[in-house]
Amino acid sequence: MLEIKNLHVAVEDKPILKGIDLVVNTGELHAIMGPNGSGKSTLAHVIAGQKIYEVLDGEILYNGNNLLEMDVEERALEGVFMSYQYPAVIPGVNLAYFMKAAVNAIRKHRGEPEMDAVDFLSFIKEKLAQVKMDESYLKRAVNDGFSGGEKKRNEILQMLVLDPTLAVLDETDSGLDIDAIRIVADGVNKFRREDRAVVVITHYQRILQYMDPDKIHVLMDGRIIRSGGKNLAHELEEKGYGWLEETVVA
Amino acid sequence: MTKNGSVEKVLSEEMQTIESRLSQEYEYGFVTDIDQETIPPGLDEETVKTISLKKNEPDWLLKWRLKAYRQWLKMEEPDWSMVKYNEIDYQAISYYAAPKSQEDGPKSLDEVDPELLETYKKLGIPLEEQKMLTGVAVDAVFDSVSVATTFKKELEKAGVIFCPFSEAVHEHPNLVKKYLGSVVPYTDNFFATLNSAVFSDGSFVYVPKGVRCPMELSTYFRINAANTGQFERTLIIADEGSYVSYLEGCTAPMRDENQLHAAVVELIAHKDATIKYATVQNWYPGDPKTGKGGIYNFVTKRGICREDNSKISWTQVETGSAITWKYPSVILKGDKTVGEFYSVALTNNFQQADTGTKMTHIGKNTKSTIITKGISAGKGQNTYRGAVKIMKGADNARNYSQCDSLLIGDKCGAHTFPYIDVRNPSAQMEHEASTSAIGEDQIYYCNQRGISTENAVSMIVNGFCKEVFRELPMEFAVEAQKLLEVSLEGSVG
Repeated sequence: MLEIKNLHVAVEDKPILKGIDLVVNTGELHAIMGPNGSGKSTLAHVIAGQKIYEVLDGEILYNGNNLLEMDVEERALEGVFMSYQYPAVIPGVNLAYFMKAAVNAIRKHRGEPEMDAVDFLSFIKEKLAQVKMDESYLKRAVNDGFSGGEKKRNEILQMLVLDPTLAVLDETDSGLDIDAIRIVADGVNKFRREDRAVVVITHYQRILQYMDPDKIHVLMDGRIIRSGGKNLAHELEEKGYGWLEETVVA
Repeated sequence: MTKNGSVEKVLSEEMQTIESRLSQEYEYGFVTDIDQETIPPGLDEETVKTISLKKNEPDWLLKWRLKAYRQWLKMEEPDWSMVKYNEIDYQAISYYAAPKSQEDGPKSLDEVDPELLETYKKLGIPLEEQKMLTGVAVDAVFDSVSVATTFKKELEKAGVIFCPFSEAVHEHPNLVKKYLGSVVPYTDNFFATLNSAVFSDGSFVYVPKGVRCPMELSTYFRINAANTGQFERTLIIADEGSYVSYLEGCTAPMRDENQLHAAVVELIAHKDATIKYATVQNWYPGDPKTGKGGIYNFVTKRGICREDNSKISWTQVETGSAITWKYPSVILKGDKTVGEFYSVALTNNFQQADTGTKMTHIGKNTKSTIITKGISAGKGQNTYRGAVKIMKGADNARNYSQCDSLLIGDKCGAHTFPYIDVRNPSAQMEHEASTSAIGEDQIYYCNQRGISTENAVSMIVNGFCKEVFRELPMEFAVEAQKLLEVSLEGSVG
């Protein structure tokens, strides 16, 4: 589903990603781990299409299509979803309105009939329950005054509502307490399906305890320096990223 | 259940999604090809007399006009506002234009020129009464004359007078004589004085004691003729314990030269009466690329809460005009009177707006609320100018002001000038102001959810204006949203 080949990315002439190769197949969940400043979030934003990043080399294929030729909106309509580490606040626009606009934009793109307010409401209520959010959120402005945990749950809610094919979750667990991590992980598990893929970007292996990743990659200084199974996460937790750094050097 | 109910209510209220994509160009820019009777450009005493004669006015009104004209000669055009424009040549303007077939005034809709009816159809104004399912009575002013007033009979039944101003002069001279100039005297300011001298037509409303006007009253103003100024005069009187809600809409053709619109609106609310006045102004804003043309909208609007417990509420959505210069105000004379001002002003491309309000508290326990939302895009300049005055005898007066500005892009400007003058120590004043910009991060976030940039901007702008749109009747709120959307097209690239 997602195929990244030799991806080089810079921001303001500063190279961040220095040759990433990654293949994520349908049905899979991959975790990308790494210390701060390793380029994890950059990778997420480049997949989403954020313009400030300059792709110097390489390509990203999404279902065989050149993702880099599509703009942010097109990618979203085609089923690419990103959960933000710091989602934007949109004052004055309530979550219900925002979500309905998004759902209908995507439905329209797929040639499906748009949802009216009544249908949408019963649809979103069901999803709210899945991430333990109550209906009062629908009336609140998007992310306005939301706590860190509320923001992350809101991102997961949107993932469940928008029905994407590829979900990239950027530091979805950062700043969450254990209960919130469970809720988020639970949402991701509900999302997983044979025809969908998930990329979880995280600093810590905590959240992975509640998930079942097919592969774990370690990103350091713009390169994937190690890939492995679930055990790699445990190893990292025990030995820290320094351990890998040494092995790279050696 | 109640909880669900309220959520559903919020959804139905705010999910007024705008279905129709409107064209990028000014939609109302067509010119109607009808036989016009226009007096030659120029302004002197003869012009004033000609207008008065054409309208077959009584002597007292001609005298009043002439007094205003002589006063005007002594006045200077104000230059204290933030707006900049080329000098207006008052001798190059024609002060009266009327569709020829309307010379004697239509007796019924059957007598109205079909071309004119077609024009109003294009504007989306249903003049034919059978189509008036919306329950809005309409008075339509085309250039200088009022061409049709609908629902007259039904209003008459309720005792409400709603007619062209020129008709009121003949049919209800005592009312006109009593109230004309009582809120905005002919000496008031340069543009109001000019209007007093040369005003052509407008709407007149009188709601008698204890009557709740059975429908929304509405006037549509349209400038059609070239090189013509439009100077309408509106007078609304709500007698004791009455209620009236009034709406005005404005459009004009696209023309290369600037056209002057200098209107005067006077509102009088007697004891326990309420007047709500809403404007959706969409005059031609000028060429989006060069800034050429467009309407100079220099308007004086003022209401007086003359006796106790009366209330006047202004709501305006200003999206058009090259220049907007207006300050709908309330004089809170009676005790426990209420004045409100809700405003959305949008300036895009080369548009300039200097708008706000003036609340003058004279009575005791008076209360005023000011909520303004200024949106600047392109090279637009948006100024809020407001004055709150608490007079000596106005014990326990309260004012709440909130002035918010939203910037789109980095070539536009927002300016806020709140003046506060308190002469009574018991006054409670609250003022809040904010300036925000539509951020790249917000657009990115919306795009990532599949929402286009255009829809994201209109969604954010509508959210920003929500408190004001809430004050408009439903169908006008939808229209206002559409207008904003069209006016903002291409503002984010």
